[in-house]
Amino acid sequence: MRRPLDRPDYFAHIILILGVMLFAFPVWLVFAGSTQDPDAIMRGDLSLIPDLTNLSVYTRVLLHGTMGTEPVWHMLLISFGMAVAIATGKIFISVLSAYAVVFFRFPFRQTAFWLIFVTLMLPVEVRIIPTYAVMSGFALINTFTGLWVPLIASATATLLFRQVFTAIPDELLEAARIDGAGPLRFLRDIVLPVSGANIAALFVILFVYGWNQYLWPLLVSTDPSLDTIVIGIVKMIGQETQTDWSAVMATAVLALLPPVAVVVLMQRWFVAGLTEGEK
Amino acid sequence: MATLDIKGLRKSFGATEVLRQIDLSLIDGEMLVIVGASGCGKSTLLRLVAGLEQPTTGRIVIGGRDVTALDPSERDIAMVFQNYALYPHMSVFDNMAYGLRIRGLSRGEIARKVDEAAAMLGLDELLARKPRQLSGGQRQRVAMGRAIVRDPKLFLFDEPLSNLDAKLRVQMRAEIRKLQRRLGVTSLYVTHDQVEAMTLGDRLLILHEGRPAQLATPMEVFECPADTYVAGFVGSPTMNFLPGRLVQDGTAVLLDAGPLVPLLGRRIGGAVTLGIRPEHLTPGAQGLTLTVDLIEPLGSETLVHGRIAGITAESLAVKFAGAVPPLETLTVDVQSGHAHIFDAASGKRINSIG
Amino acid sequence: MDRRTVFNGRLLPVVLLLPQLLLTLFFFYWPAAEAVWSSLTTQDAFGQDWVFVGLDNFQDLFDDPLYLDSAVRTVFFCLSVSVLAMCIALALAVFADRQIAGRGVYRTLLIWPYAIAPAMSAVLFLFVLNPRVGLLGRWLNRHGVAWDYTLNGSQAMLMVMSASAWKQVSYNFIFFLAGLQSIPRAVIEAARMDGAKGWRRFRTITFPLLSPTTFFLLVVNVVYAAFDTFGTIYALTQGGPGKDTETLVIKVFRDGVINQDIGSSSAQSVVLMLGVILITAIQFRFMGKRTLS
Repeated sequence: MRRPLDRPDYFAHIILILGVMLFAFPVWLVFAGSTQDPDAIMRGDLSLIPDLTNLSVYTRVLLHGTMGTEPVWHMLLISFGMAVAIATGKIFISVLSAYAVVFFRFPFRQTAFWLIFVTLMLPVEVRIIPTYAVMSGFALINTFTGLWVPLIASATATLLFRQVFTAIPDELLEAARIDGAGPLRFLRDIVLPVSGANIAALFVILFVYGWNQYLWPLLVSTDPSLDTIVIGIVKMIGQETQTDWSAVMATAVLALLPPVAVVVLMQRWFVAGLTEGEK
Repeated sequence: MATLDIKGLRKSFGATEVLRQIDLSLIDGEMLVIVGASGCGKSTLLRLVAGLEQPTTGRIVIGGRDVTALDPSERDIAMVFQNYALYPHMSVFDNMAYGLRIRGLSRGEIARKVDEAAAMLGLDELLARKPRQLSGGQRQRVAMGRAIVRDPKLFLFDEPLSNLDAKLRVQMRAEIRKLQRRLGVTSLYVTHDQVEAMTLGDRLLILHEGRPAQLATPMEVFECPADTYVAGFVGSPTMNFLPGRLVQDGTAVLLDAGPLVPLLGRRIGGAVTLGIRPEHLTPGAQGLTLTVDLIEPLGSETLVHGRIAGITAESLAVKFAGAVPPLETLTVDVQSGHAHIFDAASGKRINSIG
Repeated sequence: MDRRTVFNGRLLPVVLLLPQLLLTLFFFYWPAAEAVWSSLTTQDAFGQDWVFVGLDNFQDLFDDPLYLDSAVRTVFFCLSVSVLAMCIALALAVFADRQIAGRGVYRTLLIWPYAIAPAMSAVLFLFVLNPRVGLLGRWLNRHGVAWDYTLNGSQAMLMVMSASAWKQVSYNFIFFLAGLQSIPRAVIEAARMDGAKGWRRFRTITFPLLSPTTFFLLVVNVVYAAFDTFGTIYALTQGGPGKDTETLVIKVFRDGVINQDIGSSSAQSVVLMLGVILITAIQFRFMGKRTLS
């Protein structure tokens, strides 16, 4: 049975709309809830139609701490700082190490690469306790540095850049050498601009990775002034009884916005970078 | 502008000898084409001259200056790559200017040189474009322009036309030749295409398994190939080879296939290979009789492929002017004056004495 | 694969590698070594000295029914989450790959959840399914379903599984879609010529051609479910009720951070590390070192 070309593929639309709703519904619910009376939410009278005249809850949570947490703007700032630091730091050290491995020959090159590579899939979750000990040794507990520095060492980005750099044609390097470019100049003038799309994609991935950290900040910081937004919101829902639900919901919306915005705005680069990097 | 001298050059990668003993001298303004099958070492030779590889032994002297130990950028050379190797993120102007900037030329001087080269290559209108917005021929021109602006002592071409379609290749070939003549820059040109080699080179260097098989002008190579390899490499379709032996005091060859071919002059030897180009086989009465496999009309001429039963496994080719009616068998004579005689064992050419 | 041309120089590459190597050393190798060391020792009664006890900690671990329960639970959890997240993603990707109006919009609307933190997926699920505040949770209870994942272990497991899988769908969707798009059109067209249609074409042509993607995603999803879901589970149930949603990672955290049992927690970390190394090895064995080459 052949579908005429001009008739829509209704079945595909139905499936996809269901899929879209599966993700959109909880977020919509939370947004709608954030604009409603907390007591009504407690009673279960939550309407799916947001009350757009009642957005003051957003300024309230942004500027003032609710339920004993830091104000949301502060937690957003910590999250943002952490995400940017992790993304930038990781890209920086990975570009350098991948560049060394790809464009030079030196003793123990393979060893160095393998030392980095082995850590590829060793997530922080499996080395909680010992890493904590190392962190206290460096006096990094309860510091902002402690939030991001240990997370920038990872093999994934190095591996990705190694792949990207290996794909740069030999002739390009040869032409640059004949033009008189040295290693650092070649990195700056040719390699970095040529890899711009990959760097942008990786930045998105790492920004989201940094923003979404939960266990790590939970572990290295007990100082509320270093709470990220993710830590903060989990703290809020932990106290189920005396909860100001509309404030929690508003905070949830604010916690979601930045990484979602980054992903959506840079979608094209990010998707290409993700799929070509991991495979 | 300068001379180029290559002395005792050898290159091995691990245990593999890629180049075994190359000696070569180019006079100022000469264009030498290095030609050979893939893997013969021609690209390695070019890359050694460029300084992109270090020779195992030997010296490279450009304009009297020994550059063997120098970095590519210090050799005062320019190279045009097969895939052009344009910097994809830079405009045409920046691509040409990059090397000049690194050398610290002033802004005005760079602009002047780039404009001059662009005008010469007809790139004036394209200076602001990125490489991906250019056609293959235009990219090729930019690659040339990048070489020209540097005003180098030596041009190196690494199969620069292989990525172009046939028509454009012919056109660019002529352009490269005109440009090189006009600028008078000594050049090395690597190609696997024998037509390109014949038309472009002042001289050809035919490389075979890392050794120079012959170094001579195109016509010398065509008329007096130094061995069976060169003979088979140059000319299209390739030369036919027939086994035989020298008889009658070296003045004739008795082919294994039967016929006796008289030669011009006298040669010394025993078992030989007689080489004859397809256009030098003419229909005759009592020559070689071929069983025809295939007739290929090419328009102005026709190729007939055939075998001599029991003697040659591969087809012999015969070239006729004009059309040929369907044939089952064909009898041809070898034109004595065009026969090439090679030693059967070594494949080396045997010239006539006196 | 090695390059034909490289730069000369010995010192510069080492300098370039140094930051990465130092960080790796300090935050991977050192903790790993520390974990191995702690797993082989125990503190004496006064909490002063470390006593070498060999593999006793491991012995205790594998004799501990709670640990084995947790291990079995983790395997079940990982496989369920992976299969669930991958099936939904594959179905969506197949339809999003069709030539339909608005597919760009659909894609964006299915890709954005990539940005959701595991802990945030817990928060969102809470607002939907919490028996007291969640819209759906209350609705269920009003209609005679005794739904309370804070009390009922199976419901808690279902809850953390759904939340974990839900968050991972968009990641899988991105890869399946890319995989589908990389199947040469000519192959699909040849299958059409051969008369393969609909489900049959998918089962015999498309799905087999997707198998590298599927395998890659399976590995990634298992690792995700094993480790990254800490935030989801911890925010929703803290591993409870009782230990009903206590995966291995939650247990390491509870034993090590909350109960301060360093020896056991280190032994658990070592076991997890070996597990990860095993998974990585399997991946590279079967994927033909794709990431490496």
